Amino acid sequence: MITIPEILIDSYQDVPDQIAIHLLYQDKPPRAVSYHQLFLGSVGFAQALKEANIQPGEVVILILDHGEDLVYAFFGSILHGAIPSIMPFLTEKLSPEKYRQSLQALIEITSPGAIVTDQDFINDVELAINVSSSIKSVLIASNITLSNDVVPDHYHGSRSSPENIALLQHSSGTTGLQKGVALSHRAIINQLDNYSSAIKLRADDVIVSWLPLYHDMGLIAGFVLPVLSRVPLVLLSPFDWVRAPHKLLRAISEYKGTLSWLPNFAYNFCAQKIRERDLADIDLSSWRAVINCSEPIHWSSHKMFLERFSAYGFRKDALASSYAMAENVFAVTQGGIDSALTIDIIDGDALRSEQIATPSKKNPKAVKMISSGRCLTNTQLRILDDQGEPLPERKIGEVAIKSDCMLTGYYNRPDLTQKAFNDGWYLTGDLGYLVNDELFITGRKKDLIIVGGKNIYPQDVERLAGEVDGVHPGRVVAFGIFNQRTGTEDVVVIAESNPKSVEDRYNIADEIRSVVTKNSDIALRNVNVVERGWLLKTSSGKIARLANKYKYMEEMQNV
Amino acid sequence: MDDTIIDKLSHYIASQILKQPNRQLSSTEPLISSGLIDSFSLVDLALYVEDTYGVRIDDTELNADTFDTLERLAIIIQDRSE
Repeated sequence: MITIPEILIDSYQDVPDQIAIHLLYQDKPPRAVSYHQLFLGSVGFAQALKEANIQPGEVVILILDHGEDLVYAFFGSILHGAIPSIMPFLTEKLSPEKYRQSLQALIEITSPGAIVTDQDFINDVELAINVSSSIKSVLIASNITLSNDVVPDHYHGSRSSPENIALLQHSSGTTGLQKGVALSHRAIINQLDNYSSAIKLRADDVIVSWLPLYHDMGLIAGFVLPVLSRVPLVLLSPFDWVRAPHKLLRAISEYKGTLSWLPNFAYNFCAQKIRERDLADIDLSSWRAVINCSEPIHWSSHKMFLERFSAYGFRKDALASSYAMAENVFAVTQGGIDSALTIDIIDGDALRSEQIATPSKKNPKAVKMISSGRCLTNTQLRILDDQGEPLPERKIGEVAIKSDCMLTGYYNRPDLTQKAFNDGWYLTGDLGYLVNDELFITGRKKDLIIVGGKNIYPQDVERLAGEVDGVHPGRVVAFGIFNQRTGTEDVVVIAESNPKSVEDRYNIADEIRSVVTKNSDIALRNVNVVERGWLLKTSSGKIARLANKYKYMEEMQNV
Repeated sequence: MDDTIIDKLSHYIASQILKQPNRQLSSTEPLISSGLIDSFSLVDLALYVEDTYGVRIDDTELNADTFDTLERLAIIIQDRSE
């Protein structure tokens, strides 16, 4: 069994001149980073961490914008044997104070030895650090240079064991920060081996990604997989892509990209928001798989994407899908590589009322389900009922998985780790069914909201909305509703209050919107301020999210 | 300052982006830095401005430094239409 530092050293020695990453920028020319430069850059950071007295096994938090420093700091931390954790960059709309609180929470949970950040950001970081914290050093990335003094086996990380933790992945929000997914070298390499076969990865593939590296899809599929597999990566910044989505297609065309991963909403976003003139001379015929992953897959999104881009050479058989999660490093299943994606047309009523997926081609209420494909060869999957017993084909239950690439645990939270497993099986909280060993995801057991591939815990939103003046404490509910146009969920908040006037009602709604956005980077689509007594409660007196969601949807239909 | 531009932009943002057609936006209210317009809607705004006024706003300009208020955006539109 090998480790990530050994793979980096091998690539440095075997293919020094091969380009590992093409970094694309909004305001300057692309930068091609070879394996030679990648290693020298990483060594620079490994040495800086050593000089800062960071020990192998200590966590290093990386708060860096898209660019070379982030790449080198990440692999440099691993080369030193330390554990990198990439934290989202502060966006302009998020309040610095709240960002500091998140950072403080992350510091408390992970006890990092160091933070690596930019000059621009140093003040915010320093303010988040308590005198008593574990942080020994805050390193400014621009002060760290490429090393010319390279001795391949000289770094702590080259003595890492496959069982050592290689990296941490966090979801955002108060709840997500508590769950740092700790992944070992062994787990990551097992995932890469098995996933490479599932997608038939070849040396002449070119992976193109705009996904953020603090998220599993971006970090693993759009970064670690290509770099360690010696498959060229073309990397854009998510910040740029959201302002100019055509840049993804331009990159595919220019670099003859073959593989990309996208959350469902991105299919709608690209199909709807790109101007014809920005597509001039674009050729998408090299794209062999665009893999829909990280939020529920919708047939309408695929259709929209295909209709818009087939004129530019995009092929229908390039539509692919995967079911993935950080707890399994990344992919659990893969579909659409060897053959077209399976579409299962089922009875929507039976799905809701009887928890069964009955084939139903002629029914006008039929629902088109897109397969997430079959399990990776190292991963087993079961559909369980409420008692934890396996269910037969087409019965809907909770997805449970078992593999040799599972997380080591939630970092420093053995309690949460224990709760997540049952008899060696990881309970995903997702609902789905199997047909011919193909997985179809139908919903979620947990009240999680997913917007644009990003996980949002409703309790975080509810807590923030509850802080607003005029809102009855504890009388708030947040949930997600699928929006056909955008291809993702809209976050809806319903808060009970006694507004004195219509204007007062608007003001409270505005304040909720503002408080939630500034403190969590979540944009709310609908905020409804309702009279006391509107919200439904469970028998134990808790606000029932699902029941209130149905009540809201019913009222909206009647409007 | 052309108030009709501001009124029209305000109506578009309130009805199409915020989905609150009755809402009035003031010309000096921060739009981007306040989080009122999230990053996913910035492209929509740029497309709308171009279709309505024939003025291009580059993707590098879709940030609070270039325009954060309706007033600022209206000035950009006016300057570029001349």
